[in-house]
Amino acid sequence: MGFDTAYEAIAQESGDQRWAFGTGFADPLAGVDTSVPDGVAGADLAAYCLMIGDDALIMSHRLQEWLARAPELEEETALANIALDLLGQARLLLARAGHADGSGRDEDDYALRRSEPEFRNVTLAEVTDADFGGLIARLLVFSTWRLALLDRLRSARDPVLAAVAAKGVKEVTYHRDYAAQWLLRLAGGTEYSRGRMVAGLAAVAPLTAELFTCTDTERRLIAGQVAAEPASLRAEFDAVITNVLDLAGLAWPDSPALPEAAGRGGAHTEAMGDLLAELQSVARACPGATW
Amino acid sequence: MNADQARSDWPLFEVFLRSKRGLNHVHVGSLHAADARMALHHARDLYTRRNEGVSIWVVAAADITASSPDEKDPFFAPSGDKVYRHPTFYDIPDSVPHI
Repeated sequence: MGFDTAYEAIAQESGDQRWAFGTGFADPLAGVDTSVPDGVAGADLAAYCLMIGDDALIMSHRLQEWLARAPELEEETALANIALDLLGQARLLLARAGHADGSGRDEDDYALRRSEPEFRNVTLAEVTDADFGGLIARLLVFSTWRLALLDRLRSARDPVLAAVAAKGVKEVTYHRDYAAQWLLRLAGGTEYSRGRMVAGLAAVAPLTAELFTCTDTERRLIAGQVAAEPASLRAEFDAVITNVLDLAGLAWPDSPALPEAAGRGGAHTEAMGDLLAELQSVARACPGATW
Repeated sequence: MNADQARSDWPLFEVFLRSKRGLNHVHVGSLHAADARMALHHARDLYTRRNEGVSIWVVAAADITASSPDEKDPFFAPSGDKVYRHPTFYDIPDSVPHI
């Protein structure tokens, strides 16, 4: 016999001897056709990719700000994983924008050299969190909405967008589950934790209406079957949020929408200025540098 | 509740992971969590970042009964010199095709 034990005979290892257990990588965009589909304006597709790419980029940045402040070491790694997932989606979407509008700008150009009015993320992504309860409320709302959106985009006519959405669905499912588990734990904990969770939901509720508004770019792309109708996501969003809040014994706060929340048009809050200063300062100080 | 008290409320869990090409779960480390369900999520966040596995088992460290190093000699040394317990010790005659 050529093997020491029966187990070795059955479980043949591949040539990946470097990794303890890992078995290599899969490129999510391998073999995907990158041409812009017919009947869709490249500029519109680029604008849409920037919208959902900026949501991921800015939300990722806010999550990264939690990296030395998380309540436990394991939560810190979890938040870092979520931030990296969103950053990966942002990179693919920003690169797609550069390719679709024909300018050839790369992801760094979009992330590090655009000015504040050129960012198209929703206000929900850019606000700061008062505490961990605020973060969980914002992460739950963001992830539930984003999962509904990416789920629709899996059948978009643009192959790259569909591939990014397929990859994103697996990631954001975990983000939503993570946030929901923590909401249940905080709401079912002490009076103090429940109060913080309620305050977190109250801070996030006025920013939710913007998630379901539709821009003209999106209307044209919906006609070309490349984008998802934002209002159609509302039903799934409400069902999931109501389900989680019922289990926690909480109610969705009854607060009016914030009229200043108009991030899709490039109007951002004061918090965005600080965020971009931190994100872009090194790149702007050393133009043309590589690292 | 200060940080030390809070941490003592989170028991230790041992994490076992089975890789895509493996048959058995292998011990990869340990972590703290409030309960078993949270331990599973923490194990996913800490120990599967590099595509290490497809199945996670978490066991509370308090549930594991382990042999102590003091008992090493009586437990394990006697099996070291008993060559007749290995199948290769026995010669199979050539005239016996299957056994």
